Amino acid sequence: MKLIFELSKEGRSGFKLPKLDVPQASLPSSELLGCEPPDLPQVGELELVRHYTNLSKLNYSLDSHFYPLGSCTMKYNPKISESIAELEGFSFLTPNLSLTEAGFSYIQGAFSVLFQLERLLAEITGMDRFTLSPLAGAQGELAGMLIARAYHQKKNNKKKYVIVPDTSHGTNPASVSMAGYEVIPIPTASDGQMDIEIFKEKLTDETAAVIMTCPNTLGIFNTRIKEICEAAHSKDALAYYDGANLNAILGKIKPGELGFDIVHLNLHKTFAAPHGGGGPGAGPLGVSPKLTSFLPGYQIIKGREGKYILSQKASDSIGRLAPFFGNFSVLLKALVYILVLGKEGLRKVSDFSVLNANYILKSLKNHYQVPFERKCMHECVVSAENHKDKGVTALDIAKFIIEEGMHPPTIYFPLIVKEALMIEPTETESKDVLDKFIFSMKKAAELAAKSPEKLKLAPFGRRFDQARAARERNLVYKKR
Amino acid sequence: MDYIPHTQDEIKKMLEVAGASSVDELFSEIDKSFFSDSFLLPEGKSELEVFEIFKNLAAKNNTSLVNLSGAGFYDHYVPAVVDKLASRSEFYTPYTPYQPECSQGTLQAIYEYQTLICRLTGMDISNASLYDGGTALAEAIIMALRITGRQKVIIDSAVNPIYRDIVETYLDSRLYQVINVDCPNYQTDKDKILSLLDSQTAAVVLQNPNFFGRIDDYSDLIEDIHKAGSLAVISVYPVSLGLVKPPALMGADIVSGEAQCLGNRLNFGGPFLGFIATREKYMRQLPGRIAGATKDSEGRRGFVLTLQAREQHIRRHKATSNICTNQNLCALRALIYLVSLGKFGFQELAKTNYFKAQFLRQSLSEIDKIKIDSDYPIFNEFVIELASGKKIYQTALERGFIAGVPLAKFYPEMTNKFLLCATEKLSREVILRFKDTLKGILEKKHEVNIRTI
Repeated sequence: MKLIFELSKEGRSGFKLPKLDVPQASLPSSELLGCEPPDLPQVGELELVRHYTNLSKLNYSLDSHFYPLGSCTMKYNPKISESIAELEGFSFLTPNLSLTEAGFSYIQGAFSVLFQLERLLAEITGMDRFTLSPLAGAQGELAGMLIARAYHQKKNNKKKYVIVPDTSHGTNPASVSMAGYEVIPIPTASDGQMDIEIFKEKLTDETAAVIMTCPNTLGIFNTRIKEICEAAHSKDALAYYDGANLNAILGKIKPGELGFDIVHLNLHKTFAAPHGGGGPGAGPLGVSPKLTSFLPGYQIIKGREGKYILSQKASDSIGRLAPFFGNFSVLLKALVYILVLGKEGLRKVSDFSVLNANYILKSLKNHYQVPFERKCMHECVVSAENHKDKGVTALDIAKFIIEEGMHPPTIYFPLIVKEALMIEPTETESKDVLDKFIFSMKKAAELAAKSPEKLKLAPFGRRFDQARAARERNLVYKKR
Repeated sequence: MDYIPHTQDEIKKMLEVAGASSVDELFSEIDKSFFSDSFLLPEGKSELEVFEIFKNLAAKNNTSLVNLSGAGFYDHYVPAVVDKLASRSEFYTPYTPYQPECSQGTLQAIYEYQTLICRLTGMDISNASLYDGGTALAEAIIMALRITGRQKVIIDSAVNPIYRDIVETYLDSRLYQVINVDCPNYQTDKDKILSLLDSQTAAVVLQNPNFFGRIDDYSDLIEDIHKAGSLAVISVYPVSLGLVKPPALMGADIVSGEAQCLGNRLNFGGPFLGFIATREKYMRQLPGRIAGATKDSEGRRGFVLTLQAREQHIRRHKATSNICTNQNLCALRALIYLVSLGKFGFQELAKTNYFKAQFLRQSLSEIDKIKIDSDYPIFNEFVIELASGKKIYQTALERGFIAGVPLAKFYPEMTNKFLLCATEKLSREVILRFKDTLKGILEKKHEVNIRTI
């Protein structure tokens, strides 16, 4: 497809402002001004609409295609959430009204949304309080690590390390580094769980925190998770729950009751806010009572006569992560989702996400290697290693799945599984859809055995050259 | 209500395949004591009931007030094409475009967005976007620390105080020294900055227009910053770039900012849109996603995520940032917005904002009891001082106007000072009505019935 710049014609326009109704004041002195306006494309409105409509059609999306991207929880995003977030009373509301007490009267609806969501997330996870500030899961992690750092500094604990299993998401170690701690990775044992012996060996008085994703990225629930939290507490290390995979235990198990001190959630995963093609998300962070004084930003509380107001800043607050109260419209969509589903609906999420993943795992086990033979939770990991002798890789399988009209699973992750294909179907997919996927995955395995060269051509004989992009570094369009 | 499509018959068949007699059995590896016995949650509701709840909540927010506040978060008109195109679910329901062959829509849009950010700022390269202006500035500074290997950062106090708070949260005070430099008369104290500049200074951080709306030319200062081996980091308000000198022409090394103003709604504080752009030589130090052009096996142009060796999913603890995604949908909105306005529409928009703000400032200066501090050059915001700020602000609200942002919230010494903003949405008639309202309040302030908070 052409780029929008290639459609531009000098003098074409699709925009009109009202006639200027104030005097044209003299402009600032010339050294303060640009010489020429920025060279934006000049196109008409219809061209613009066609261009982006046609571009959108080049995407596989959740609304158009099965999207079992492991660890991303690509569940259906209810339309009611979109309709509500678009209401003028929410989308046109300026956060500047929260800067004075006088303004609070004009934003009671928004404050109520934040208040309700904070209470519900605390109940769902068993935590004492939440901050809704973090703008994404990764920022929630950073906030969690900064809270751990502030907690230890206040207690004069000498801490240097954070323990992270080797199955963790890349954001975990990156967030640990940003908070100034060193990462201690712990290998995975033969049961697919963090090796508890090595963990206990590496856990010392210098351990600041232990970050656990539970179930982990292999889709396995750590059956010794309480013991791990207790061991961490024995060294005054904080137990951190990465909520990336909360979908598996939603409405059943509360991380707070397992002993976790800090929990971050990904509302765009578990609570069905759309992923936006890669953001915006929201990554609220919950803490146990001993950590509430470290929370960033402000809390919404109930004042006199039930009016919502802002709390004082927490006494040991780590500071500010977001301009106001986090990604409000994403938070709003999550609240809508929780109210629609209710207690029973949330429990069914974990039931059916786990059923769907196990159904896929069992259906594929004779066609792909299964690195850890046990029941899975909401996602499963299989390996294309058994097709390696024919030169077929996980990448080839993924590209073939595209040709079959579905988005591929996550590939090459978790890092500890060679040729990994990480499949997360989510609860909102029907058996028919799963059967089609299973059929295509089996077909890929058959092709790998019989005519592997066909897989190399997928999808549709056009694969993009990643190496060329890295070599040429053409990141910006330049007119020829 | 839920969104689970399974029939009883299907559940039965699936359990057979999964080798379990019930769904509960699938959880049998987990100790029973781990399960919670109480979830105090409401029962699920129908869509109709939920819509009523939120319609009522939305009605408790007042969006009919005339908004004269900006301070980084601006009330610009958003053309209908932005909403309509960005609400295509082919755009808003995918995830990060890891698989280019089925994500060309998102990838090409990112490439176009990166190009436009470079054309706005004059810089060489941009990433695919960051969370917001504050975290973008923090990432820009972290980049500068990494590039220079130095530990000191000098920040002009006229940089948005909310951003400075975020920067302070992001930078580990045990490792880095951050010095805030006062800005008398709302102007960057260039001499003071020069006196602090030394061989340990990684970056000098500026904002244009600054938080008080003042525009400046930092070219000379940046020359001196470079002589000290430091980098110039500038946060900019993108709409101003239709008129104001772009940061690249001043010599900036890293440019960041908040692009909510480009086609994104205020949304009570988010999602917003951070951007970051830099010189080509710092390409490998950029955080976050970047799209690049390539070809497919048949030689056709296409786009992929590239230079991923900088990122957390490859580099883990050695990544340039922990950021995982970009702020993709907001970046798409900014892209469509900029294309919709086009080169001359964007220039006209910037000029209109400038003229409206001049008219507002001129009109208010005719009121005796308002002090307009000085006649400094502005883009679309400026400071006024009222006789008794708090009560007047509240009364103005009661009469339908958000009379700017109270500066005492951020600068305690600035009692009764307010930052006012005018965008293209303010008509002459509304500006004059605001003037009369404010005048009326100031002249009869003792008669005003102040509502207790």
